[in-house]
Amino acid sequence: MEKFNTMTAIVAPLNRANVDTDAIIPKQFLKSIKRTGFGPNLFDQWRYLDHGEPGMENRRRSENPDFILNQHRYRHASILLARENFGCGSSREHAPWALEDYGFRVIIAPSFADIFYNNCFKNGILPITLDAEVVNGLFEAIYAVEKSDKDRYQLSVNLASQTIVTPSGESIAFDVDAFRKHCLLNGLDDIDLTFGHVDAIKAYEKRRAAQAPWLFTS
Amino acid sequence: MVGRTLYDKLWQSHVVHTQDDGTSLIYIDRHLVHEVTSPQAFEGLRIAGRRPWRVAANLATPDHNVPTTDRTKGISDAVSRIQVETLDKNCAEFGITEFKMDDVRQGIVHVIGPEQGAILPGMTVVCGDSHTSTHGAFGALAFGIGTSEVEHVLATQCLIQKKSKNLLISIDGEVGPGVTAKDIVLAIIGRIGTAGGTGYAIEFGGTGIQALSMEGRMTVCNMAIEAGARAGMVAVDNKTIEFVKGRPFSPQGKFWEMAVVAWQDLRSDDSAAFDHTVRIAGADIKPQVTWGTSPEMVTAVDGRVPDPQHESDATKREGMQAALDYMGLAANTPMTAIKPDKVFIGSCTNSRIEDLRAAASVVQGKKVAASIKLAMVVPGSGLVKMQAEQEGLDKIFMKAGFEWREPGCSMCLAMNADRLAPGERCASTSNRNFEGRQGQDGRTHLVSPAMAAAAAIAGHFVDVRNA
Repeated sequence: MEKFNTMTAIVAPLNRANVDTDAIIPKQFLKSIKRTGFGPNLFDQWRYLDHGEPGMENRRRSENPDFILNQHRYRHASILLARENFGCGSSREHAPWALEDYGFRVIIAPSFADIFYNNCFKNGILPITLDAEVVNGLFEAIYAVEKSDKDRYQLSVNLASQTIVTPSGESIAFDVDAFRKHCLLNGLDDIDLTFGHVDAIKAYEKRRAAQAPWLFTS
Repeated sequence: MVGRTLYDKLWQSHVVHTQDDGTSLIYIDRHLVHEVTSPQAFEGLRIAGRRPWRVAANLATPDHNVPTTDRTKGISDAVSRIQVETLDKNCAEFGITEFKMDDVRQGIVHVIGPEQGAILPGMTVVCGDSHTSTHGAFGALAFGIGTSEVEHVLATQCLIQKKSKNLLISIDGEVGPGVTAKDIVLAIIGRIGTAGGTGYAIEFGGTGIQALSMEGRMTVCNMAIEAGARAGMVAVDNKTIEFVKGRPFSPQGKFWEMAVVAWQDLRSDDSAAFDHTVRIAGADIKPQVTWGTSPEMVTAVDGRVPDPQHESDATKREGMQAALDYMGLAANTPMTAIKPDKVFIGSCTNSRIEDLRAAASVVQGKKVAASIKLAMVVPGSGLVKMQAEQEGLDKIFMKAGFEWREPGCSMCLAMNADRLAPGERCASTSNRNFEGRQGQDGRTHLVSPAMAAAAAIAGHFVDVRNA
């Protein structure tokens, strides 16, 4: 897994609550047996005007000019600002695969769905939960920059210090689970870590098989 | 001493190792596998030169991509076909039991698991599918995982987890006639919202839940994820034990007797403390119909499409308006004035024998309305289909004008050929009314099997209590 430490990047505002993983990557693209290549179909039904299918040449499709990621100023965004319950619905890990493949490494929202939140950490994406008012403030700040047509709105995210710094220099602290932070900072693989507990797993199986042998017959 | 909840007990009996910060390694008893979320996990195993830790803990079947029409022709979509063939190859290579597409035991992974007795009380059950919560109906800890975790379970038989909080949702008193498990769970989601259960494991309790059959409990637990909770569960009682008894994977003889004794403890202690409790009177629950693009956008069938102007929260108001625009509905429309184009009875939520019986009893001797373009029944498994045919349900459906199909996920998520055309409206017994879920620009109304059947006959939603 790719490490995450710090990043300063353009922020794209996705102003919708309950964005589900069907919207993040529609089902027809789940037929792939690979882990990569989902980026061009991220938010497919909002992003393009036609119906997308696997194998299409996405560069030739007509984009929906109203969709936020198609606006010139957000083209190279690597931080996504979202609303409540982001990533709800299906457990498909293709959702973080698509976000990562597109170029997003940080998602900021007032709340995330559990499975999606968990899947992000397995793929080098940092999901950051902030109070709804703080998220609201960030949306307003981005829209203010949009109106003034100044520079693109960027945030600096530092995982080690658990802070976000705004263009005006304001620092916003965020919480993250200590173990997940450790894994993300060091790019650690969960399976390798678990293999460090092989003896404990074997001891558990022995103990459990004595208590509940019916669980080990088939 | 403070008592323990069912979830506490299930959690504690599966802890292999706990770090100081509470992050734990949890042992997994049963791993269900389907073709969509597993290929990358098997590939990961292969690249690392690993084998499954305990092959017998896994059970696989293809369900999302399989056609529901004549299977002797195979799968016409090449991309779908490759995904199903990849599952076949992976199961053969790693020695995993698989019910293939032409096996009568094939079906939706969440239907075949319990049907085979592969889900037992007290187990931890996972699958790369969010509706794994279904299996909590058996007093098991069951939840959906991503593909990285599928690989993790295959390789180590464990998962790295942190314990969730405890939420009790109690249905106090039985629901009235015509009101089903589906209506109960939709009413719960309407009450607490799609994020109401986030961070919690839900125990569904109270006399309204106890009165449900195992099929009904599976329907309720199935949609725990639609309330934001990865896991939903119900305490073990005699119905649980009777359901499990004598199935192919169930324990037998001395082990059965030992198991039944152990399972008696799989309920929350009277003195157990929940972090949060929600109580709903069973008698207050009416048949439900969703009107929007999130399962929380739901109302009783005798209600109306809500008016966004009455919502004070700006984000919610915009969300409601966007949902109504997508659904092609005007505020204040009576739910019974909404006319579906298609009717889908199936999915891991509502495709078991009891669901098909409920729908058939509404349909019997009647005809699907002329305005309905397609009404289809997709049984949850080959064995459900066979039983329904033995009971003559297929004849009842076909005589009324329904199509009787082969088992699979079908139009719940439209990964196979079964889907809505843009703008089409569907009365569906599935679990998600998200934008595009049943086909791009398709419009989904979630209902119970009886309500879907009644809508097929009337050509619009009707209160099944008066049908």
